[in-house]
Amino acid sequence: MARTEKKKDVVLVGFGWTGAIMGIELANEGLEVLALERGHDQATVPDFQYPEMIDELKYGIRYGMMEKPANTTVTIRRSLDETALPYRSLGTFLLGTGVGGAGTHWNGLNWRPMQSEYHLKSYVTEKFGAGVMTEDMTIQNYPVTYDELEPFFDRFEKVAGISGQAGNVKGKIVEGGNPFEAPRSDDYPMPAMPSTWDGVKFRDAAKAAGYHPFPSPGGIASKDYVNEYNMQMGPCNHCGFCERYGCYNYSKSSPQTAIIDALKRKKNFEYRVNSEVLRVEKAADGKTVTGVTYFDHKTGEEVFQPADLVILTAFALNNVHLMLVSGIGQPYDPVTNEGVVGRNYAYQITGGYTLFFKDENFNPFIGTGANGFCIDDFGIDNIDFAKEGFIGGAYWRAGQTNGQPGHTMALPAGTPSWGAGWKKGIGEWYGHSMNIGAHGSVMSYRGHYLDLDPTYKDRHGRPMMRMTYNWHPNEIRQTQFMKSKMEPLAKSMNPTTLQEGFKKEGAMFDVRPYQTTHNTGGTVTGSDPKTSVLNRYLQSWDCHNLFVMGANVFPQNTQYNPTGMVGGLAYWAVHHIRKDYLPNPRPLV
Amino acid sequence: MRDLPGLPSRRTFLKASAASAAVAGVAAVSMPAEAAAPAPTPLTEYKPDCLKPTEWAFVMAAVARLIPSDGDGPGAIETRVPVFIDKQLAGDFGKASDWYMVGPYEPAASPLRGWQTPLNPLEIYQQAIPVFDDWCKATHGKIFAELDAATQDKALTSLQKDEMKIKPELREFFGILLANTKEGYFADPMYGGNHGMAAWKYIGFPGARGSYKEWVGKHNVKYPLGPVSISGERG
Repeated sequence: MARTEKKKDVVLVGFGWTGAIMGIELANEGLEVLALERGHDQATVPDFQYPEMIDELKYGIRYGMMEKPANTTVTIRRSLDETALPYRSLGTFLLGTGVGGAGTHWNGLNWRPMQSEYHLKSYVTEKFGAGVMTEDMTIQNYPVTYDELEPFFDRFEKVAGISGQAGNVKGKIVEGGNPFEAPRSDDYPMPAMPSTWDGVKFRDAAKAAGYHPFPSPGGIASKDYVNEYNMQMGPCNHCGFCERYGCYNYSKSSPQTAIIDALKRKKNFEYRVNSEVLRVEKAADGKTVTGVTYFDHKTGEEVFQPADLVILTAFALNNVHLMLVSGIGQPYDPVTNEGVVGRNYAYQITGGYTLFFKDENFNPFIGTGANGFCIDDFGIDNIDFAKEGFIGGAYWRAGQTNGQPGHTMALPAGTPSWGAGWKKGIGEWYGHSMNIGAHGSVMSYRGHYLDLDPTYKDRHGRPMMRMTYNWHPNEIRQTQFMKSKMEPLAKSMNPTTLQEGFKKEGAMFDVRPYQTTHNTGGTVTGSDPKTSVLNRYLQSWDCHNLFVMGANVFPQNTQYNPTGMVGGLAYWAVHHIRKDYLPNPRPLV
Repeated sequence: MRDLPGLPSRRTFLKASAASAAVAGVAAVSMPAEAAAPAPTPLTEYKPDCLKPTEWAFVMAAVARLIPSDGDGPGAIETRVPVFIDKQLAGDFGKASDWYMVGPYEPAASPLRGWQTPLNPLEIYQQAIPVFDDWCKATHGKIFAELDAATQDKALTSLQKDEMKIKPELREFFGILLANTKEGYFADPMYGGNHGMAAWKYIGFPGARGSYKEWVGKHNVKYPLGPVSISGERG
């Protein structure tokens, strides 16, 4: 029998970045707020402390901070006629768990999308004509503009503690920053981080080629810092253990570092861990939700948690799964092209060059997740889609993140994978290579979507979520374009040898090597309920007291890492919840 | 040099037995204030947690070829990689405790679709070693551990290329054997391999030092300090 808990004003499903933002903002409003977290509790001390945290085998290779597929996973297929198979062991993406979520184990790369990305469909059709889109492309505009979001990007960057060099402040181009970025109202809260040798080499080569290099913006503290919640960061010591690890130094931006300890002190805020939400409960009339049912792993029972306001603040894929299993919104059908939940799933496409310099020392273990220099000369705003034959763009970056030899060991092509030749190769080449990466957008398509798997179930007996995704020719053209532009730049740096890693025509989605955790779409925001799940305030079109955060609201993936957009949208949404919704709960659009 | 039956080679075994003493000696010289760690059990006397004698003999022989002892840098034997593999297979990794292991299974699906065998890593070692040994016997006249080094290399290449057409349930065998060997070589010594941090010293990885603020701006200058381990060993 389910037990029922005392009603709360607000229940948050998941306690990562967006849960922490919603939690503190709504607690500051005076509401009784409860966050339900599927995973365990974790804090910088004792959970991330030195030296136990910087254990490559436990966290970098066995994925000790990630959700175990045994507990939660998805099934994956590459096309509608393939049978989806479970993602049984981790590879291509790493889904976090526990308090702080993916915000604890990220690299810290923090961006605002480029200006065209907010109104991409209009931009494409008005500037190049609808004919440049492929027939199956389902991109659409955000129902909110950059100018509307700007104050909230600024706020998130100041809460999270982002280091960087502005390139465009109120329309004024600032030397050394990104001249292609959308105008910002203020500089980054901290100056840019210093770069290692690889980033500097790339910066100099890019400049010589006429490009516009700028320091990579990231949630890595370049100095001591205190944010609006009186949370403190300490300057980073470049330990080289960001991605897949919690930061032991209070230097990497995370929900713990930026918000959670301040939030925990509020009497009207509560969080419960090992509390896995199974479904959102709809009211009899279907127009509102009454709360959530969760599984309490401590007592082994189902619990009904009533609340006036429910906000999904879990990882992107989990938010979509909850909508599907709760029966809120019509599931998307790619055959009829009708329905909305699960529609417009997208991933991220990456490629790059590895450059080997026999006589240079890179000390690759000196790094941060957001190290080095970037260029946006091939960003989405700067591409002629009609001329190049694809829609999209990429930012490039060179900056070593780690030198952990068990999973980061670049060797020249032709080096044997084992034996005397391999041993000789690691002795000769460890510490003598660098990488330039292109991080590219992925459009949304009719055939790429999320739904419920007909065969595989999770540990609670719920149908697992099924992902249908493969590389689309549009993205292959985009990444091959990046290769054609990166090759001459890489060669201009005169490496001893170099090799490329870009996807080629016919590439199939491979779930084994790590690629990126940037899963987007599935409950997208839009202006039309026929093609979106959420309105411009990230409010459910179906149930007005249900809001949904996360990268699952992106109509298509941007060319950037998603966290800056996720944080900005959360501050935008909670601003309107406080100002417009709470005084008069109703559909805001 | 003739090989001893069931053992990788006389020379690597001598190295294996001597490795602990030699590395402990180096540590004691560089860090006189700290007591040298007690010499670990020689590999020849190690009692595996989960591997049976024939499996242990195979792992000893195989890792000695995957990361051989000759040439610059330590081999898998001196760094005690077999101990690492045994301990990993006896633990959560071997049992696939973290993985979704519920059917239906399609082990013959495209390899791009990831781990799709119903077997966990320990079961794969247990089932694939006898299959591979039988193939070695049929093809080369002896089980793998008894072959000479050059023939062992040939046999491992055949396994890597799947020339014996191993059944799909065991397809991951070579991949996990090689991955586990490299993991044991590079992991923190507390997991049983990378004895004396020898692999880190060889390539120049400082291990768990974790503090390089003063070195970020020293461009193209080789970092001078040796490694530390999570338990505080210094090299």
